[in-house]
Amino acid sequence: MADKLRTIEVLILACSAGGFRVLFDMLKALPGNLPIGVLVVIHRNAKYETNVEASIMSKCHIAVKVAEEKEPLRPATAYFAPAGYHLLIEPDRSISLDISEPVNFCRPSIDVTMQSVADVYGAAAAAVLLSGANNDGAQGMRAIQQAGGLCIVQHPDDAEIGVMPEAAIALGAADLILHDDELVTLCQKLNNYILTGNQPWRN
Amino acid sequence: MSLSFENLEEVIDLVKNVHGFDLSGYSRASLKRRVSRIMDLYRLDFVGLKDNLVNTSGFFARFLMEVTVNVTEMFRDPAFYLALREEVLPYLATFPHIKIWSAGCSTGEEVYSLAILLKKQGLYNRSFIYGTDINSKVLDRAKQGIIDLKKMKEYSDNYLHTGSGDSLSEYYTAKYDAAIIHHDLRKNILFSVHNLVSDGVFNEFQLITCRNVLIYFNLELQERVFHLLYESLALFGFLCLGSKETLRYERLKDRFRLVNKKQNIYQKIA
Repeated sequence: MADKLRTIEVLILACSAGGFRVLFDMLKALPGNLPIGVLVVIHRNAKYETNVEASIMSKCHIAVKVAEEKEPLRPATAYFAPAGYHLLIEPDRSISLDISEPVNFCRPSIDVTMQSVADVYGAAAAAVLLSGANNDGAQGMRAIQQAGGLCIVQHPDDAEIGVMPEAAIALGAADLILHDDELVTLCQKLNNYILTGNQPWRN
Repeated sequence: MSLSFENLEEVIDLVKNVHGFDLSGYSRASLKRRVSRIMDLYRLDFVGLKDNLVNTSGFFARFLMEVTVNVTEMFRDPAFYLALREEVLPYLATFPHIKIWSAGCSTGEEVYSLAILLKKQGLYNRSFIYGTDINSKVLDRAKQGIIDLKKMKEYSDNYLHTGSGDSLSEYYTAKYDAAIIHHDLRKNILFSVHNLVSDGVFNEFQLITCRNVLIYFNLELQERVFHLLYESLALFGFLCLGSKETLRYERLKDRFRLVNKKQNIYQKIA
């Protein structure tokens, strides 16, 4: 795992029902000098306005914002997929938004973002899949894994709703299954793993 | 079926050379997803896809239909229609004629939503709405003015949230599983093919809506389309973009006044 983490250039955090608490704990734990960007995909209803990003922002060391289309990924920044849009990554590593059909009733779809990241980042992606009540994310995790990236799943015993992590595990798309405290520690110590000089903005 | 970004560039070249259709300004991530979907749908590998694009008559029309995103709703984002009614229509009401362009209208739900909004405000009889799309097949659907009754239920909920005070059912007739938009709402509407990439200005408008179209274009093409929209607007006309789209070009920014930041409504002032 440490080997794979050395070369990551992007981190995806994804959750649905029951995953928000540990997601926030992880975001809060990420260091302010994190050398990579973070993509966050959560399921929420586009019809109701939520201010998740605003409420978490002041508590984080990294910047937190809603992803805007064609914006390049910056280090130490978490980009939330806006409600009602899929979030994709362009070959130049900028963000693209897409309002095409929901995938398995989800938009944003975790699968769509992860597949797109796998396409562009290949082995340089790490993804964490947390609690949720459907199968979204399992195919995406497999795409990340097949591209050589690192797939981490919340331990189903810790997840409020274990369906989502279990679906990824059943597909064999989990390199690591971690408990909540381990997930938070991993975020805290992430800079210790990532190889210096591997910053994505080096060019 | 897997498709690499290199393959995608080949498809773009092929479509341009064989069909004269320029997809080169489209965002690659979405396009790749759409083209992969077509390959899955027709069970084609990359070679098969290219073969069909060149040799199978009628395939390109289906390709185009699938490659463009045709997701739309009536009164999508109710708050947008509320803003139109409160902040834009009072201004438009001062014009003797109101010409509206819904660019990238897909199956027409937005056009009919605008028609209902205008009708409710007593402005429809002096309005004319042009709905355009690159895709003639979706326009055929739009022209019918027939909407799945199940979807209409969802749209009724949207309509309720626009705060208009009446019910959407006053504007259509339900029969079997379908809702048919009332005939008097359809008389001042024209649906026609227009390609934002290659076609130019075709009229002058008091209101243009181009929502969730530009997100599929790269920045260079976005800038070109912004100029086209600017040129197509009458002075003091309004431009409405999707909620996640931005008018980001400095030269054009000065020529617009921001009317509603949240709903992305601008007015041409110079």
